[in-house]
Amino acid sequence: MGKHEIKNRRRFLKDAALIAGGLFVSGGTGPFGQILFATERKGTKGPWYGMGIDLEKCIGCGNCASACKAENGVSREPYYFRTWVEQYTILNDGTVKISSPNGGIDGFVQDFPESDIFKSFFVPKMCNHCENSPCVQVCPVGATFDSPEGVVLVDEHYCIGCRYCVQACPYGCRYIDPDRKVADKCTLCYHRIMNGMLPACVEVCPKGAKIFGDLNDPGSELVKFKREHSWQVLKPHMNTDSKVYYNGLRAEVR
Amino acid sequence: MEPHFQHLHEMLSKVDGFIYPNEIDLNWSVLIVLYPYITGLVAGAFILASLERVFKVRVLRPTYTIALLTAMSFLLVATMPLVSHLAQPQRFYEIMITPHFTSAMAIFGFVYMWYLMVVLLLEIWFDYRRDLVLWSQETPGFKGWIYKVLTLGVKDISPKSLKWDEKLGYAVTVIGIPSAFLLHGYVGFIFGSVKANPWWSTVLMPVIFIFSAMVSGIALVMLVFMAVNYIRKKKINMLCLDTIAKYLLVALILDFALEGLDQVHRIYESEESFQILDLLVKGKLTYTLFLFQWGLGMLVPIIILGYLQIFRSGEKIRKILYAATGILVLVGIFFMRWNVVIGGQLFSKSFAGFTAFKLNLIGSEGLLMAAVWLIVPLLILAFLLWLLPPWKKHPEPAD
Amino acid sequence: MPAQIKRLALLFGLFLAIFLTARYFLVPKSFGEYGHYRGLSLTENQSKIPRYAGQAVCQDCHDDLAGLKSSNEHATLSCETCHGPSLIHAENQDSLPFRPSGRDFCLRCHRIHPARPAANVAMINPEEHNAGQQCTDCHNPHSPWENMK
Repeated sequence: MGKHEIKNRRRFLKDAALIAGGLFVSGGTGPFGQILFATERKGTKGPWYGMGIDLEKCIGCGNCASACKAENGVSREPYYFRTWVEQYTILNDGTVKISSPNGGIDGFVQDFPESDIFKSFFVPKMCNHCENSPCVQVCPVGATFDSPEGVVLVDEHYCIGCRYCVQACPYGCRYIDPDRKVADKCTLCYHRIMNGMLPACVEVCPKGAKIFGDLNDPGSELVKFKREHSWQVLKPHMNTDSKVYYNGLRAEVR
Repeated sequence: MEPHFQHLHEMLSKVDGFIYPNEIDLNWSVLIVLYPYITGLVAGAFILASLERVFKVRVLRPTYTIALLTAMSFLLVATMPLVSHLAQPQRFYEIMITPHFTSAMAIFGFVYMWYLMVVLLLEIWFDYRRDLVLWSQETPGFKGWIYKVLTLGVKDISPKSLKWDEKLGYAVTVIGIPSAFLLHGYVGFIFGSVKANPWWSTVLMPVIFIFSAMVSGIALVMLVFMAVNYIRKKKINMLCLDTIAKYLLVALILDFALEGLDQVHRIYESEESFQILDLLVKGKLTYTLFLFQWGLGMLVPIIILGYLQIFRSGEKIRKILYAATGILVLVGIFFMRWNVVIGGQLFSKSFAGFTAFKLNLIGSEGLLMAAVWLIVPLLILAFLLWLLPPWKKHPEPAD
Repeated sequence: MPAQIKRLALLFGLFLAIFLTARYFLVPKSFGEYGHYRGLSLTENQSKIPRYAGQAVCQDCHDDLAGLKSSNEHATLSCETCHGPSLIHAENQDSLPFRPSGRDFCLRCHRIHPARPAANVAMINPEEHNAGQQCTDCHNPHSPWENMK
């Protein structure tokens, strides 16, 4: 092998080592580093908010849905809900009937005779404030985002109204506000929780079926709820890392 | 506001089963059906042009320039349905200044700018540059001045300079092919990556979009080529036309196979969403899917074109059948976009019910508006053909 | 370098310069502070005006009624569960909060319904249970079983 070839080989090996080393070091700081070196994940500093919903306690009064609209100035027309209640009626023959007339705000009627009913219950729904939120992922301009406290918010002054986020949400919790003409959804009453108050829906629930709390606070009601109940989230296969935990969630719930 | 709520109230009465309360109104309507349709025509027309330039299918030479001008006319209109559909159209520029790169939609602004400026405009400019210089010298008055502006002040048409045009144009076309796939493929990805919607969420979506784009683009160029020759009362180059029809047949078969694969796979795997999608296809989408998209839009054209490939037929009958096929294909591919966009929003994400869709005639998202966005590109094309007539291009200089 | 490339390079350079300048002026100043969004939006979202006062605020003045309520089945209810958003009243006593009335109001929670967990809430059939009378004729809303008339 000539001197020239040996020199080239050395230079190549040196360059390769530099590149590999650089990648290794940069990997330690980038997203790859989080997997390799267990660097800090989001949501470990400061409060990290979520919600618990106890289906064994919900009586379907619709106060939460109504209070939310009052608190947040959402149109009272029956087409826009930041939170709503669904009624599930499972008949003896196995068919599942679901209804949510005006989001449950006016209460529910039961059409089926009690003798036909196998089981019936209410399921409050809301934005799941996912840690791995598909709506944040698809926003083309950065108008919807995770706050440092884990609340998924909408920037109403920046949203262009493309509606991609509404399409991407698996839970159907987003809509376009008819007055402001931007995307809108449950904000966990960010303006209340950041000022020491409870979200409006939690405040007015007569049976304490909604439990608000800080997942990073071991003494919070929500953490206690998660410890004491076998909780589940909606559509876990979507891998959204939803932060709304249900107690008593049955397989029939969509 | 009242008519909006009136409309929603009407939709509420048409709900079948259970939908999440927010799902009552369809979010993406006919304008969003139009956008992939138009960019598909652009990408498809460009691919046909590149067949001649890069893959050296010389027989298609007569359609090269027409294909580029057609692609350009439709590309100029492509953003309009998107921007006019936004709830806050005056904020459209945000997508260019703060694009959120985890969103497929964010690359729209850049892909569009890139394709318009770097690919189409440059390719057309390199193709026409020599003629622009000559026309600017030959044509008097305002039109001559326009040609002068279009030369961008570059007057050199020496053989060495023309050779550069040839090389650069070729390079641009080569870059243009993956760019065309990106321009239309990302739209397919926008739908295909929405895991929340099982009608959209499939790996095949960008691929199907690209192949149906090629089908519609080839059909469009074929029709434009026939129309231009008819209007100019010129005898059409039948060898070229027959070749276009052959490529159209191949593209149709590939597209049909891919769409078929998508459905067969869905039926076979029969996973959670299958029941509601089955009801969707056999209920709300019966006519638009089976009759318009697959029946008239694909099977009938395949049969006609296949017949013409196997059995010899006279020139007149071939022309009539090609025109009919072209129109059927264009309608069929429009319905393909319709079935994807509208179909995907007709069923609830709870998989427990359906909402309804009413297409208005007038209004910002109405049928007339959609027709406008399809007619304007044809007007632009007519203008471009008047300004840059391919048949008036100066013959190649003798070496 | 052929003339075409020089001219095109100039034009593209000009376009890029214009784009970058426009971008500098158009991107909101607080964008990117905490992530890919306008940092100011956090403040805007935080500053919205609440309508519900929260039970603790009611208790400050109405500690007697709150105390009465806290010892019976209605303890889990917030004052505003029935009285609606009352922050305005908390700030200005001249503006009175909503005063519930009529059977339908109480039936919102207490109407018999198969989906309601019976162990969780007392339920009645309104047609059979003292039809025509007001609930408050017999029940004190702040202490439903006390001093039944």
